[in-house]
Amino acid sequence: MLDAILNGLGGLTSGATFLFTQGWQNAVMLLVAGVLLYLGVKKDVEPLLLVPIGFGCFLVNLPLSDLMEQGGLLQTLYQMGIANELFPLLIFVGIGAMTDFGPLLENPKILLLGAAGQVGIFVTLLLALALGFKELDAVSIAIIGACDGPTAIYVASQYAPHLLGPISVAAYSYMALVPIIMPPIMKALTTEKERVVRMASSKKTVSQTTKLLFPIVVTIVTGLIAPKGLPLMGTVMLGNFMRESGVVTRLLKASENEIANVATLFLGLAIGGTMEGHAFLKAQTLAIFGLGFIAISMDTVFGVLFGKLMCFLTGGKINPLIGAAGISAYPMAARVVQVEGQKYDKRNYLLMHAAGANTGGQIGSVMAAAVMLSVLKGMGMI
Amino acid sequence: MDKWTFGLTLTVVGVGGTFFTLWILSLVATLLKKLFPLSAEDRAPNKS
Repeated sequence: MLDAILNGLGGLTSGATFLFTQGWQNAVMLLVAGVLLYLGVKKDVEPLLLVPIGFGCFLVNLPLSDLMEQGGLLQTLYQMGIANELFPLLIFVGIGAMTDFGPLLENPKILLLGAAGQVGIFVTLLLALALGFKELDAVSIAIIGACDGPTAIYVASQYAPHLLGPISVAAYSYMALVPIIMPPIMKALTTEKERVVRMASSKKTVSQTTKLLFPIVVTIVTGLIAPKGLPLMGTVMLGNFMRESGVVTRLLKASENEIANVATLFLGLAIGGTMEGHAFLKAQTLAIFGLGFIAISMDTVFGVLFGKLMCFLTGGKINPLIGAAGISAYPMAARVVQVEGQKYDKRNYLLMHAAGANTGGQIGSVMAAAVMLSVLKGMGMI
Repeated sequence: MDKWTFGLTLTVVGVGGTFFTLWILSLVATLLKKLFPLSAEDRAPNKS
């Protein structure tokens, strides 16, 4: 009887005993979870993601809870929507539903800024390989440069699931830091004269038919060129088509709100669940954070440099600062461009042009991932 | 295939493929605008 009582009490204290005797990694990760929750709640850093990620991290690092074991809550969520890429794709439907491609269609050539804003992905790929990461790990890390959380999660969950936690946290953290990372680069790469270039004010020139057909055409073109990325582009464009059709208001609202919110909650919790101490506390996590920073910085560099090229080729009709918005990170990057532009000319309104480049960046980031996956398939790597 | 051949191939084809696709899309968007110009209905203020 006494043995049974002692064994029962042992069951009640085993978690705390583990934590204080051999669970230093769990203890550190509980602190990391605290930092994520603090950043999300107090500093407003991507709270929709960092709060569930932080709480998932918190849950999984309380010892012996078995939440990531077969049948555990977080493992079930992981299998439901990350192992099969469902959650990021559901979020993409919502992103497409919220995106207005109107400013981009007003001036389609700024789509190219969305391509330039992805070059950092490929620079980071080479750096990750130089640091000794395996090929598919390097690809997954480089995708942080897409500045697009669901894209990074989609690729990492397929090809480097063991790195999903650090890649996701790095992707969302740096996206939130765009207002800090971008301005010094924008200033360093442009002249005072370039920063005050005023762009012609946008007049409405795009018909509703064009807006309606655009998502269909994008899906066909990108699906034919990079079929491995069709789930990504197809879901974004489905959301956008519903938006522009104007006939499925209920589905549109559900995609923007309920579906995206539920998917975001489950996605965040499941990603937090991958952040167990023994898997997260490695030197490579620091390397991933460093490479993520380089990826987003290089995206900005190439975006602004391409903006300068377009400025030159158009005889000064394009303000190179809008090139920075080509990195994706929608819509924050466009707002940063507007703020920076007005620092040098208070009457310069770049927002709509930057929003065009920014939505171009969204298409560009998904396309870069799609092209990468299709090239990997062509090379027989996946 | 060694690591550097892999990296450089993916970089060249990846950057080229992304620029090429977005260039095609910009041409298609321009074509759509020409084929379906703004109509009087589009110009009317939104009633909703």
